[in-house]
Amino acid sequence: MALARDPLNIIICGVGGQGNILASELVGSAAVAAGFLTTIGETYGASQRGGSVMSHVRLSRQLQYGPLIPKGEADVIVGFEPLEVLRVFRIYGNSDTHVILNSRPNYPLGTLIGESKYPEIAQILNEIGRVAARVQVVEATELAKQAGSAVSTNVLMVGCLAGSGLVPIDVVHYEEVLKQRFEGAALELNQKVFEMGVQAFPQV
Amino acid sequence: MQSVLTINEPGTQVLMMGNEAITRGALEAGVQFCSSYPGSPSAEILSFMAATAKTFGHYAEWSTNEIVAIEAATAASFAGLRALCIMKQNGANVAADFLMSLGLSGCRGGLVVVFADDPESHSSTNEFDSRNLARWAELPLLEPGNFQEAKDMTKWAFELSEQTQTPVIIRSVTRICHGRGNVVLGDFLPKKPANKLGQWDKLIALNPFHPYTHQKLAKIREIFETSPFNTYTGPENPELLILTSGTGGFYSQEAVSRLGVADRVGVLKLGTTCPLPAKLVKSYLEKCPRVLVVEEVDPFLEHNVMVLAAQKEMLVKFFGKASGHIKGPGGPGTGELNPDVVMDGLSAVLGVARPSRNDVVVDPEKDIAIPARDLTFCAGCPHRASFFATKNALEIDGRQGVVMGDIGCYTLGGAKAGHFLLSSLFCMGGGIGMASGMGKLEQFGFNQPVLAMAGDSTFFHACLPGLVNARWNNSKMLFLILDNEATAMTGFQPHPGTGQTAMGEKGAPFSIEGICQAMGADVYIADPYDVAATTEKIYELIQQPGVKVLILRRTCALVQSRRGPKPKVWVDQEKCLGDACGCGRFCSKVFGCPACIWDAAAGKARIDEVVCNGCGVCASLCPQGAIQLEGRD
Repeated sequence: MALARDPLNIIICGVGGQGNILASELVGSAAVAAGFLTTIGETYGASQRGGSVMSHVRLSRQLQYGPLIPKGEADVIVGFEPLEVLRVFRIYGNSDTHVILNSRPNYPLGTLIGESKYPEIAQILNEIGRVAARVQVVEATELAKQAGSAVSTNVLMVGCLAGSGLVPIDVVHYEEVLKQRFEGAALELNQKVFEMGVQAFPQV
Repeated sequence: MQSVLTINEPGTQVLMMGNEAITRGALEAGVQFCSSYPGSPSAEILSFMAATAKTFGHYAEWSTNEIVAIEAATAASFAGLRALCIMKQNGANVAADFLMSLGLSGCRGGLVVVFADDPESHSSTNEFDSRNLARWAELPLLEPGNFQEAKDMTKWAFELSEQTQTPVIIRSVTRICHGRGNVVLGDFLPKKPANKLGQWDKLIALNPFHPYTHQKLAKIREIFETSPFNTYTGPENPELLILTSGTGGFYSQEAVSRLGVADRVGVLKLGTTCPLPAKLVKSYLEKCPRVLVVEEVDPFLEHNVMVLAAQKEMLVKFFGKASGHIKGPGGPGTGELNPDVVMDGLSAVLGVARPSRNDVVVDPEKDIAIPARDLTFCAGCPHRASFFATKNALEIDGRQGVVMGDIGCYTLGGAKAGHFLLSSLFCMGGGIGMASGMGKLEQFGFNQPVLAMAGDSTFFHACLPGLVNARWNNSKMLFLILDNEATAMTGFQPHPGTGQTAMGEKGAPFSIEGICQAMGADVYIADPYDVAATTEKIYELIQQPGVKVLILRRTCALVQSRRGPKPKVWVDQEKCLGDACGCGRFCSKVFGCPACIWDAAAGKARIDEVVCNGCGVCASLCPQGAIQLEGRD
C-alpha cells in the first residue's frame, strides 16, 4: 500500500513507564513486515524515570530516514497522556496532524507538590483541536483495566492506530508481531486489547 | 523463541535496534568472549550476548567496571579468540589507562571495542565525544551511520583487527544504539579454538613499539581509502560538499532532499573516520572546495579535514561548527544533531528558503502553560525514602550537612525528587573520594557533617579505593550505600552483590557490609521504608568521628513489582481530613510520590492504583493513619 506522505511520521508519546518502547517496536516490526523502510528513534534511560518520553516512527518506500522527525512534521501523534500530547503537538504538530489520545492524566511532580497546575482535559483538547486535522479520544487505560490490566494500555493504543486507517499496514501484520512477541496469558490479553483498540473508533 | 539475533537465514530483512545490530554483527563474526559494565546507551549489547551465549557457545560477563572489562577481553584476544568489549563514553574514560596502551601492544584474535556515546546526554552527566579518545590511543575508528552498518561494521571490525593485529574502536551514539531500523541479516562465520601461549608469546605495551604502531596505522589508512563504508551521493561536481559521519548521514540526506538541492549538493559520508582516508577526502575537496561538515558532538572530522587541507595547501572554504552553521540551542559543539539543525545550516550556507510544515501558533497569554515533567524516582522507589530520611536527619542536626553524590538512579535526588540534597556530582565513585577529602577539613574550620551517597553497583565499580582512603586517613564522614540489589538505571543487570553472573550462574553474593567491615569502617544497616528509624540512625552517625557506613537496603521497586503481585495501598477517605488536616497534603506535596495524588472532587488524598508499586511509605507518614497498606513484608 502507498503512503499518503513519504516519509510518514508517527510520534508515540507519554510518560516513562507507560510502555512507549514496546508500542513503537510493535508498529515498526509490523511496518517492516509490510515492506516499509522503517526507522525508530527512542527515549531510554533516565527519562524513563517519570519523565516525558516519545518515540519517532518513520515509514518510507524510498529511503531509510533518520531516527528523528523534523519539528512540525508529525503526521500522526499517538499519546498515552494528555499533557504529553499537547507538549509534543506544539513542537511537532501541524494542521494536517491526526491525534489519537488516551484521556487519563499522569500528574507531574510539580503539579503534585503544588508548584504548577495540571490543566483541564477539555482545555488541552481544545487547543489541539483548534489546529489538528482530527483528534480522537479513547479511555484506553480504563478499557485496558476492564480487559485485565492497565499495563496493556500501550497495546490497546497500538490497536487504535492500526484501526485508524492512518497507517497503510494490514492488521494481520500487527497480529503476527504480537504472536512473535508474547506467549500464553500475556499474548491472550494483548490480542484482546489490541482488537479493542482496532474497534475503538468505528470507521466512517 | 527465535529472535533476530539467532535466525540463520541470510538475506532476511528485519527490524533491529542498533544495539541488536551490533550484537548480531559480532555473532556473525563468531565472537567468543564479551565483557562490559552496564551503561546507557550500550547496556543491552552485553545482555543480548549473555542471552545468546548458550546457543552460540560464547562467553559473556558483566565485569566489575570498564577497565577490568577491557583487560579481560584483551586476554581472550591474546589467546587468539575474537573478543568484544562494550562501554559508554564515561566507561571509556575508566578504561583509558589500559586503552592508551593497547595501540602499543596490539592484539592477536580480533579485538573490537564499542564506545557508545550519548550526545545531548539523554542518560548521562555529559556528552563526551569518545572519538578523541580513539585518536589519542592511536586506534582505528569506525562510525556506523545506520542500523545495517552497525551490524556490518562490527562484523568487519573483527576481520580488520585480526588482519592488522590492532584493536578496533566502533563509535556508536544513542540514536543508533537505541534507534531501530531495517537490517538484512548475514551468515555466521565459524569460530577458531584458543591458542596455546608459548614462552615467547608476549603481549607487552612498551614505548619501543611506538614506531611500529604508526606503521600499522599507515597500513590501516590505506585499507580505509577504499572502504565501502565511505559513500558518496550527489552530482559529479557539486557546488557544496557535505562531509559527514554517524547519524549526520541520515540528517544530511533528509536536509538535501527536503531543501530540494540534490542537484547542487553532494554528501560524502565517512564510516572510517580515523585515521582519515586522506587521498579519498582530498579527491572530493579537489572537485568541490566548499565543505559543510556535519557530525556530533565535537568538530572532530572538521579539524582533521582542516589539517589535511592545510597539509595539501588547498584553499577550502569550511562551514560547520567553527563557522557556527551547525549548532543546536546550546551553540556549536554541544548537543545532538537532528534534521532541523542540518536543514538550518544547509539553508544558511546555500541561501535557500528553509521549508517548514509547522503552523501551530501558541498564544502565551491565552494558551495553557504546560507544567514541566521533572524526572523523579519511580513510585515506591526506596531512594525517595532514603533522601527523605537524610533530609530530615540533616534538618534536625541543623549544621547544614553536605551530601556528595554519585552516578545512578539516585543522581535524580540532586533535583526536586530528592529535595536538591546532593552538593556534588561527578563520576562513578566521585562522591566517596570527595567526602574522604572533605572529611579532613575540620582543622581549617569546616564543621559541617560530611556524607557520601552511592548505589550498590557503583560501590563495587568505583567506591572501594575511596573508602580505603577515607578509613586509612581517618576522615570524618558517613557513607550511605543505597543498596537496591540491582543496577537499576541501566536495566537491572546483576552485580557482584547479587551473586549472579551475566549468564545466570549463581554464586556466593559479595557482602557489602563484609567488605566495609574488612576495611575497618563501622557498618550499620537500615530499611529506608522505615523512615523514622533511618532518620534517627543517620542523625546518630553524623555526630560521631571516623568513617561510618550505613547501608540503606531495600529492593528496587520495579524489580520487586516483577516478582509477584503488588501490595495494596489505598486511602480511607473517611479518615483523611483533606486540607482541614493541617498536614499540608503531606503524602503528595511533601513526600512527592507520583502515586500519591489529590482527589479534587472529594477534597481528599487518593492513591493512583495504576502508578502505585505498593511500598506503603506514605501509609507510615500520614498523620491521620488514613492510608492503608496490605500485603507488604
